[in-house]
Amino acid sequence: MSDEETKGLLSPLRRKLLMGIAAVPAITMLPRASFAQSPATSAINTTGLAVTDTEVTVGILHSATGTMAISETGSIEAEKLAIEQINAAGGVLGRKIKFIQEDGASDWPTFAEKAKKLLVNDKVAAIMGCWTSASRKAVLPVVEQYNGMLYYPTFYEGLEQSKNVIYTGQEATQQILAGLNWIAKEKGAKSFFFVGSDYIWPRTSNKIARKHVENVLKGKVVGEEYYPLGNTQFNSVINKIKLTKPDVIFTDVVGGSNVAFYKQLKAAGIDLSKQALLTISVTEDEIDGIGGENIAGAYACMKYFQSLDNANNKAFVPAFKKMWGEKTVIGDVTQAAYLGPWLWKLTVEKAGSFDVDKIAAASPGVEFKGAPEGYVRIHENHHLWSKTRVGRAKLDGQFELIYETADLVEPNPFPKGYQ
Amino acid sequence: MFGDYSLGDLGSIFVMQGFAGLILFSVYVLMALGLAIIFGQMGVINMAHGEFMILGAYVTWMTSNFFQTYLPSLFSGYFFLAMILAFVASGALGMLVEWVLIRHLYKRPLDTLLATWGLSLILQQAFRSVFGAREVGVDLPQWMLGSLHVSESIEVPINGVFVMCLTVLITVGVAYVMYKSRWGRQVRAVVQNRIMAGAVGINTEKVDRYTYGLGCGIAGIAGSAFTMIGSTGPTSGQLYIVDTFLVVVFGGAASLLGTIASAFSISQTQSTLEFFMSGSMAKVLTLLAVVGILMLRPQGLFALKVRK
Repeated sequence: MSDEETKGLLSPLRRKLLMGIAAVPAITMLPRASFAQSPATSAINTTGLAVTDTEVTVGILHSATGTMAISETGSIEAEKLAIEQINAAGGVLGRKIKFIQEDGASDWPTFAEKAKKLLVNDKVAAIMGCWTSASRKAVLPVVEQYNGMLYYPTFYEGLEQSKNVIYTGQEATQQILAGLNWIAKEKGAKSFFFVGSDYIWPRTSNKIARKHVENVLKGKVVGEEYYPLGNTQFNSVINKIKLTKPDVIFTDVVGGSNVAFYKQLKAAGIDLSKQALLTISVTEDEIDGIGGENIAGAYACMKYFQSLDNANNKAFVPAFKKMWGEKTVIGDVTQAAYLGPWLWKLTVEKAGSFDVDKIAAASPGVEFKGAPEGYVRIHENHHLWSKTRVGRAKLDGQFELIYETADLVEPNPFPKGYQ
Repeated sequence: MFGDYSLGDLGSIFVMQGFAGLILFSVYVLMALGLAIIFGQMGVINMAHGEFMILGAYVTWMTSNFFQTYLPSLFSGYFFLAMILAFVASGALGMLVEWVLIRHLYKRPLDTLLATWGLSLILQQAFRSVFGAREVGVDLPQWMLGSLHVSESIEVPINGVFVMCLTVLITVGVAYVMYKSRWGRQVRAVVQNRIMAGAVGINTEKVDRYTYGLGCGIAGIAGSAFTMIGSTGPTSGQLYIVDTFLVVVFGGAASLLGTIASAFSISQTQSTLEFFMSGSMAKVLTLLAVVGILMLRPQGLFALKVRK
């Protein structure tokens, strides 16, 4: 048992919950009733996973310490919320979900090691985890070797597909193309300036964006700049932007650099209500650090915003805040992480089994109607069909939905003509 | 790339680019000053320098929250108080750290590298536990945002001007304390010969403690100022540490003038190169140049003449 679980049991919230459950016998009756009907463990678990008559164990594998804790905290919170909600609704095939949380510590070999520990020692039925592409690439061979199931939440560069992974975030074309189409049409944008952090995701995304701008939109990329991760000085590139006067600044700067970039953009007198800026790397989480006044007016291309106006989201946001505090914000990836446990539950129920092979086979076509983003469905390539949305950042750090695609966008991790 | 622009346009871009270089210069000097004292004067390889800066940033964040809640009418001036508090907080923590950890290691300067690196990890996790893993946004008063409109196409960022003024002020202050005051003489005496300094009646322990505290306090002020241009999170300090050491080592460890000269040359090289190539390449070339010069001149740009 990890420390995290002990802490979870001791937390006031959990205690209150346990008291609540103890106080209302009717609630305890419900799951018991469903236990009675639940299928025999031997029938639904033929590969020796950690499934008992009353419980099933999954792993949560994110960075709770180190640089990436900034980003991954939201994912951990969302996954715990989803698990708690699933348990409150009776669990999976009559079994409560128990989780073992491991800390990847922002270190990729640690991720691989912990994934192996979860799969080999703990025999978890699924892993909700990873955040950066680097951590996923480190974990991928492990889940493939030991035949595990990974639910990966982050939007990423694509060019990957595995039987053992469900990608609940967007791959690059899903995230970028609709946004570029929209801004080209809406703003009549012809010239684009790309600014990104220097690693695989921004470079791949910008490559796709450049092909789209040049070949489809018949526009021009007037600048493409990369800065090392963690760079804090952007005055030079801001001057170049001023010199080239692009219609749109397209950015995928990440992490602490993000904060520096927008603060310096504002200080240099670039008014985002006049200068169009489209970002694919800023969610509500990042705005917390950037400050609403520094980024108000910018457009972000995502699939989820906390401000989305639909019934699912109206239930999700208060539930999240109740569990994690009134001040927490929910970004795109946090929502995608929330989908993981639910999609896994729905897939297990569709397959009627916890066996990884059966889950992998049953995944395509699984739909989750309760997704805060609206409705999602798993594609044959293990990515999600989802809508692309453009939001405009407001002073209070929230996004105002400006545009969404009419239909779900098909995931296409290996886009032809974009490589 | 300049074909399509008028002379006026180009002129203003060069002015602004020059200014960008000056801002970078001030930022480098400000973050290196504290380390120049601790590493340069005391010989302690302080890997936790960035965390002392971030402590200052968090103090600024807390001060801004306090003013917003309780004294909104005085909010426009909170930043000055925040910088003083940042100095006090980082300085006090620095003295504590010196007393608990560093003073046992003066005879083994290389071990300070590991000890302070461990300290930086501890501090990072402490920030994470206390303030949360997410970055916090520091609200600035209205007058510190935006830019001064000099001409149609020249805009000067106010926070840049602020950092520059602050840097000049603190540099002058530090130079005075180190080279003109009685206490500065004591510091230099202790560094050059600890036993002899003790023999002539200098309380070396006290001097060490205050020197370390001063260095950390200045790091706190730098961190406070950088809330205007960068992020405030548990690990943000890591963003500064490499550049900081680069500036101090390149300048010649024991020389304040060297620190300033090296900050100037690195920042100007970098911002000029950044304009003609991408940011990553500019950084690579800058680092290569620094490595090359250090190979020819291992003692750094300016070195104290000492008889060995």
